[in-house]
Amino acid sequence: MADVKMVATRESYGNALAELGKINPDVVVLDADLAGATKTGVFKKVFPERHFDCGIAECNMMGIAAGLSTTGKIPFASSFAMFAAGRAFEQIRNSIGYPHLNVKICATHAGISVGEDGASHQCNEDIALMRSIPGMVVINPCDDVEARAAVFAAAEHVGPVYVRFGRLAVPVINDENYKFELGKGVTMREGKDVTIIATGLMVSRALDAASQLAAEGIDARVINIHTIKPIDKDIIVKAAKETSFIVTAEEHSVIGGLYSAVTEVVAQEAPCKVVPVAVMDTFGKSGPAKELLDVFGLNAANVVAKVKENIK
Amino acid sequence: MDKKLLQEKALEVRKSIVTAVHGAKSGHPGGSLSIADTLTYLYFYKMNVDPKNPKMENRDRFVLSKGHTAPALYSVLAEKGYFDKAELLKLRKTGALLQGHPDMKHIPGVDMSTGSLGQGISTAVGMALGGKISNADYTVYTVLGDGEIQEGQVWEAAMSAAHYKLDNLVAVVDNNNLQIDGEVSKVMSVYPIVDKFESFGWNVVTCDAHDFDSIHEAFEKTNEKNGKPWVIVQKSIKGKGVSFMENLASWHGTAPNDEQYAQAMADLEAIGKELEAK
Repeated sequence: MADVKMVATRESYGNALAELGKINPDVVVLDADLAGATKTGVFKKVFPERHFDCGIAECNMMGIAAGLSTTGKIPFASSFAMFAAGRAFEQIRNSIGYPHLNVKICATHAGISVGEDGASHQCNEDIALMRSIPGMVVINPCDDVEARAAVFAAAEHVGPVYVRFGRLAVPVINDENYKFELGKGVTMREGKDVTIIATGLMVSRALDAASQLAAEGIDARVINIHTIKPIDKDIIVKAAKETSFIVTAEEHSVIGGLYSAVTEVVAQEAPCKVVPVAVMDTFGKSGPAKELLDVFGLNAANVVAKVKENIK
Repeated sequence: MDKKLLQEKALEVRKSIVTAVHGAKSGHPGGSLSIADTLTYLYFYKMNVDPKNPKMENRDRFVLSKGHTAPALYSVLAEKGYFDKAELLKLRKTGALLQGHPDMKHIPGVDMSTGSLGQGISTAVGMALGGKISNADYTVYTVLGDGEIQEGQVWEAAMSAAHYKLDNLVAVVDNNNLQIDGEVSKVMSVYPIVDKFESFGWNVVTCDAHDFDSIHEAFEKTNEKNGKPWVIVQKSIKGKGVSFMENLASWHGTAPNDEQYAQAMADLEAIGKELEAK
């Protein structure tokens, strides 16, 4: 793994914004005193007149974004996931979601991998919250390449979009030929025994798990669900029918995120066993991100264990 | 300004408010009646709008931050010709165009969906900011309730409007001093309202919400662009025009029954007769 490039998707976000700003003059960026951390500062450097710091007032920021969108701008509103999806949930729901406005909520520092800041800042509930808003598109990119593509796709999509980025540098697993299609899952590895459906930083870990399983004679399929909503039902149903069970892997609460989204699909269309690797209805804690991912079982070893525990 | 015309229009608007809320058997007549004159002034005198082209790019914008008083907005929009007045009779009913609170997605002339208090003013700030960025010369108007300004988000918005120097934003605080649970000063005092906005960097004017000369004078002042947003704190009477509703918090969110409706319409007809006699 030594030669694998590592990039935090928040970095990808900032870079993509600056790139997008050059080709789309309607793009404006809002932040809530976190431009350095969310990386919207990269955009600000190039387009200071199109970057608005709203101060530490996320609820107002979402309202401003809503208002701006009615004037033809494409606002990207950013904060940490906790304060974007969490604190400003109702503003997003009522001022952006209900009128279906063209606002892009791009939240960084999602999940446990925030690290040392601890539970108050580790949002494991954002996918659940955003997914529950009618008409909201929810994207959770897995690496630098996909994160950049997600930013461009969000700008192109007309309507509200939530994109989730991370603080921790993660392996770049896609190359420049990667084609991102909103709402379409990606089969990262074929397999016939079991399917691992992963999202975000768990995708690379799921691939590691599949390699380890292969060494033990278990043929695991790996699917990357970058768009949690609308979810790619076909790829999930196909996996449910063709492999014996599914393990989901996400850096999010087991309640309301990928596990829920996948089980909602299979329960109706192809009932099968679905086993979660997720934050198991608990708060996070302080520590280095990489250690925390192990503490909370968000690693290849736990995915492998879940497969082996359940395979017949 | 044709004061007589505005008075006549405001009277029609009041009749529509009472009729719509009576028909719906629910809704918010008190606060709708207290802003009837201001909304009439905005749509029939002040704002650059075209009911035939509700999305006209350079139109002035209006955000009803106190969204529960939708009957007032709907009545003014219908009076202005944005949609058929018959829609008012279907207010709040299943399948109706007119939802309980303003719905910009479907209702012609509604510039922002509102209803959750404190949020409208933030969206108005966004619209005004959009105007500044695009060098457009429209003005954004928003009306807040005096109880509504208890919401912390209002002050986040107030801070940002001054910070971005949005002199193309005019907010109105409808100061009838009543909210659902009683007098604003007793539930959770918001006073002094004028000093609060001044300290947040706004131009503040006051007016009598039921006197078109006073309303006109206040709004004329807001034409001055001096790098600061404007707020008009208007002294109003909740339930204005309907004798038994005036100054009673209990008419915040209650519909009149048939007998009360007849009385309300009789009160308004009497005001009409007085106007004619003038």
